[in-house]
Amino acid sequence: MSELLLPPEQRYANIIEKRRNEDGSELTILNLGPTHPATHGIFQNILLMDGERIIDGEGTVGYIHRAFEKIAENRPFYQINVLTDRLNYCSAPINNMGWWMTVEKALGIEVPKRVQYMRVIVMELARIADHIICNSVLGVDTGALTGFLYVFQFRERIYEIYEEISGARLTTNMGRIGGFERDWSPAVWTKLDAFLEEFPEVWQEFENLLVRNRIFMDRTINVGAISAEKAMSYGFTGPNLRAAGIDYDIRVAQPYSSYEDFEFNIPVGKSGDTYDRFCVRNAEVWESISIIKQALAKMPEGSYHADVPEYYLPPKEDVYTTMESLIYHFKIVMGEVPVPLTEVYHPVEGGNGELGFYLITDGSRTPYRLHFRRPCFIYYQAFNEIVRGQNLSDAIATLSSLNVIAGELDA
Amino acid sequence: MALENAVIQEKLIGQFGMKVSEFVQLHDILTFEVAPDAILEVMKFLKEDATLRFNFLTDVCGIHYPEYDSNRQFAVVYHMHNWLDSVRIRIKCFLPANNPEIDSVTSLFLGANWQERETYDFYGITFKGHPQLKRILNMDEMEVFPMRREYPLEDAGRTDKDDRFFGRTQNNC
Repeated sequence: MSELLLPPEQRYANIIEKRRNEDGSELTILNLGPTHPATHGIFQNILLMDGERIIDGEGTVGYIHRAFEKIAENRPFYQINVLTDRLNYCSAPINNMGWWMTVEKALGIEVPKRVQYMRVIVMELARIADHIICNSVLGVDTGALTGFLYVFQFRERIYEIYEEISGARLTTNMGRIGGFERDWSPAVWTKLDAFLEEFPEVWQEFENLLVRNRIFMDRTINVGAISAEKAMSYGFTGPNLRAAGIDYDIRVAQPYSSYEDFEFNIPVGKSGDTYDRFCVRNAEVWESISIIKQALAKMPEGSYHADVPEYYLPPKEDVYTTMESLIYHFKIVMGEVPVPLTEVYHPVEGGNGELGFYLITDGSRTPYRLHFRRPCFIYYQAFNEIVRGQNLSDAIATLSSLNVIAGELDA
Repeated sequence: MALENAVIQEKLIGQFGMKVSEFVQLHDILTFEVAPDAILEVMKFLKEDATLRFNFLTDVCGIHYPEYDSNRQFAVVYHMHNWLDSVRIRIKCFLPANNPEIDSVTSLFLGANWQERETYDFYGITFKGHPQLKRILNMDEMEVFPMRREYPLEDAGRTDKDDRFFGRTQNNC
């Protein structure tokens, strides 16, 4: 049996024993997690340490595995949306919109331009919220609490916008097949305007606080670096890949939901270290703000949902008064809607990388198979290689800059 | 010039003949089957060929098809992506019900490591040459492969459960 198949603590105990006999060195095992506050999520790293230095490590994941892929095989499409919320819960609307776009692709539904723009606004808000969390928490992990408390007020403002749109804040369950469940109220637009008015100044202050901060730079530059080749081989996507210098962004490579209508840059870094990841996210927030502004300026007229009565629930008052709506309502709820036999893969640019939905239908109202391509599950496997040879405190900063979300890691 | 699906198909058939088959365009992705014993060389060719340049392994996952023939019960699906021409392909390898095994592609893409472990964990598909093939999301003591279809979800409407075992008493609900 291969050494690597042993439980890590046993494997490391053997190494410690061997090294002690060889040269008398005193290695130790450190159990980081699963509920350590610095890991920002429920996952464990068993580290083999020489003093403060990490010699080797092995991650054990799966502490909050909820069998979403199995559950999804038993649920109609519209009930799967609540599962996607709980993947990357820092940017739930991106997951929601990605899922609806996957279903629409499978069913061949064209959504109105207005819906596409509304989706872009929501997805970019979610990206801002995600990057606010990641970057400000990176500040906390390196000792700066002020920025975190300051910008979190604006994450709160984004959540208020979600609340106006969908009624929920964290796990939003936003949208329907073909569009949104209701038109956006005037409060959404005013809150959006107020957010765009006030947030840039705050984000600028946050940047000023950290970007040229000596302590922050010393803690992050050349910490947790990964080369572009390694990052690609490990399946990195999103800001972590772009920090290593590759300008791959699905919004540009394969535009969805009318991203081709907007002008924006893809920020890239050079060295792929913690500092570059931080800077790429910072710059992406500016691009997101600009995309939202463009979408608001160009917002087309039209309906907030596609005209697909077979899949989109009719308004309740119509169900009570018109025969046709009653029939559609019944068919949708009882699952008598036509679903073609097909396979689709739809990727969206999530908060931390390429979030893909691989859906196989068998003509019934539930998927035959649904696989989530969860970006952080794929890139988190590089963590142990990245931190090997570093100090423990650097590993904490690296982990937080990788934006690993436990819900997405474990599905 | 963008990479055409016909070119991909032609090159693969020219190189591997009968080992690649069933080319079909499903929505925006060219899908085809590869014989399980050829997956490593096909993927190496796709990655290293100067025109194909499929430089990124997007996704690896398993599927269970209990209604298919016994030599095609499981499938491993690979999504590959050519970033330079922005073209995706989907590769399917069908495996038998008894002892499904396939070569690991961790030697080509490091990122396949955990994805193959996940596939093993949920479907019991063995990846030959994998450095560390053990369970990843489920606990090590587990004896079944839960995504296989012989393990259905529990009926949500069952009434024979004793509430006391789930922390519910008359006092707290």
